[in-house]
Amino acid sequence: MDLDLDDATLEFRDEVRAWLAEHVRRLSSMDTEAGFAAHREWERELADARLSVVSWPEEFGGRGASLLRWVVFEEEYHAAGAPGRVSQNGIFLLAPTLFAHGTPEQRARLLPAMARADEVWAQAWSEPEAGSDLAAIRSHAVRTDGGWLLRGQKTWSSRAAFADKGFGLFRTDRDAPRHRGLTYLLFDLRADGVTVRPIAQLDGEPGFAEIFLDDVFVPDADVLGEVGDGWRVAMSTASSERGLSLRSPGRFTAAAGRLVDLWRTSPDRALRDRVVDAWIGAQAYRLHTFGTVTRLAEGGALGPESSVTKVFWSELDVALHETALDLLGPRGELEGEWLDGYLFSLAGPIYAGTNEIQRDVIAERLLGLPRGDR
Amino acid sequence: MRFALSAEQVQFGAALHDFLAAGRLDLAEIGVTALAVPERFGGLAADPVDLVVAFEELGHHAVAGPLVESVVVVPTLLADVGGDRWLPDLATGKTTASVVFPPHVPYAHEAELYFLLDGETLRTADPVKELASVDLERRLVEVVGGTALGTTTRAGRAFDLGVLACAAQLLGLGRAMLEMTTAHARHRTQFGRPIGGFQAVKHQLADVLIGLELARPLVHGAAVTLTSLDVSAAKVAAGDAAYRAARTALQVHGAIGYTAEHDLARWLTKTRALVGAWGGPSTHRDRVLEAL
Repeated sequence: MDLDLDDATLEFRDEVRAWLAEHVRRLSSMDTEAGFAAHREWERELADARLSVVSWPEEFGGRGASLLRWVVFEEEYHAAGAPGRVSQNGIFLLAPTLFAHGTPEQRARLLPAMARADEVWAQAWSEPEAGSDLAAIRSHAVRTDGGWLLRGQKTWSSRAAFADKGFGLFRTDRDAPRHRGLTYLLFDLRADGVTVRPIAQLDGEPGFAEIFLDDVFVPDADVLGEVGDGWRVAMSTASSERGLSLRSPGRFTAAAGRLVDLWRTSPDRALRDRVVDAWIGAQAYRLHTFGTVTRLAEGGALGPESSVTKVFWSELDVALHETALDLLGPRGELEGEWLDGYLFSLAGPIYAGTNEIQRDVIAERLLGLPRGDR
Repeated sequence: MRFALSAEQVQFGAALHDFLAAGRLDLAEIGVTALAVPERFGGLAADPVDLVVAFEELGHHAVAGPLVESVVVVPTLLADVGGDRWLPDLATGKTTASVVFPPHVPYAHEAELYFLLDGETLRTADPVKELASVDLERRLVEVVGGTALGTTTRAGRAFDLGVLACAAQLLGLGRAMLEMTTAHARHRTQFGRPIGGFQAVKHQLADVLIGLELARPLVHGAAVTLTSLDVSAAKVAAGDAAYRAARTALQVHGAIGYTAEHDLARWLTKTRALVGAWGGPSTHRDRVLEAL
């Protein structure tokens, strides 16, 4: 058991650190038109340095980096205070699904454009009547010549206000049991029949949107996985979202370090425990991730235990930022990085499967408790 | 980097589990008492990760006695002062030892030999007064210092190893309480169904699991680095996680869990005792902040 990085990984870390030190700059919110464009430009700079998707194979713009190097990259990225990833839905959610279930043609066509943010993807899971109960999806796809026609409504669709493409689940067989008869489809947000209505989030910016679909054509080439197998295909993405890829530990260790610095400038005795616990929590998640990286490198899989980490990091994130705002006292309500981080953290216990759903998963699949009424 | 137990460590943990589950308590037989003793005194000079594996299992089975003291702290202190006199017998389990380590360890667990750390001077000690602990199996004594044995340079390391072993024991206590409570929730029926099907119960148990699963990497990480920062962080997290397990276990068991006859009492009271032993949460949070 050790925590030592090998020489090649240290070399990689130094390269990333040096590149970030030279290039990182603060961008305006990605949920404004200008900020979105600036974030897209940032992704292209990352891609030019082959740093946008380090864990992907080289043919798609990556470096074939191991999971450990990806974690190291993320630590450096967050420690440097680098911009949020506008391509996050694509590179962390859709891409793992394309690697697992996509055709070679789909990968060749979609991944390089995703790696450079030439195409930015929005997720389209939730619907007005299908939130935690995702299998209650009503949006459907009707068979037509050479493809499908999408009808229905998606909501809380992150990045959809300014993104290029969307991915989500659609009912393709209304007679099948509800977890069957769903198909994973990719669609063009600029296609005929698509109406995107941006929704302002707590910070006033349109970080998500509603999507209305009125006979939107999707060619057969944009069916991901088998028709009718969408639930299984989507769930393979879900554990990436909850587990490793969406929330790298670097995000929390960097924020916890800044929280300790903030505490030093105004050492409020009453908040000491919360500051220390935030640091300990970030360190716990970091080490837990190293354990997961080791397990996956030795052939293990990311299963229901991703629910354990999802609850943990999302609650850690809220607690950490609440502590910062409390340390700031009356200045806590003012616009700034801590407030941005706080508002962002508040969504964590809700998205990627609410923490109530995750606790059900933990209790039923990890502890073996009986399924009960929700 | 490989952040996982080795196959041998996993095997050792499993063997110790089976041994203790069979009701055996002769820890020397399975090598536990020799773990922290240097090889020249007949010990195994084991890696701190091995200690952590052992102590998680000792906690898991709520083994009583001066374990942290006799197996970890005293052998570490005696390695450069008076080792030849006592360490061979500690390694073989022929005797047990305990230590008062001011300010964080003001009492000794009852044992056959007593020591007192007086600044950097290690002294023998004698028991003068018995004290009653919340854990009825944990017999504590006040001691007075006796003969000075010499100066030790290993006080810091001995303390950190004691804290680490205590943290691992807490993890094991917590894991056992989660197991017994999960089993209870599966079988105990109210309103015509197992109480484990109710979300109010499930979600509390899920939180217990989360706490323990995220505390274990800190304990393992601290065994690798052995820095005061990491050791203290591990003790805080393991103490919190085990304590949450204890409170939840009691609540889910209901009145039966509040009785002295029910097994839960042994785990519950040990947890309460060990949360404060070898430096309580406040002490270790201070150490974390100081080190940052």
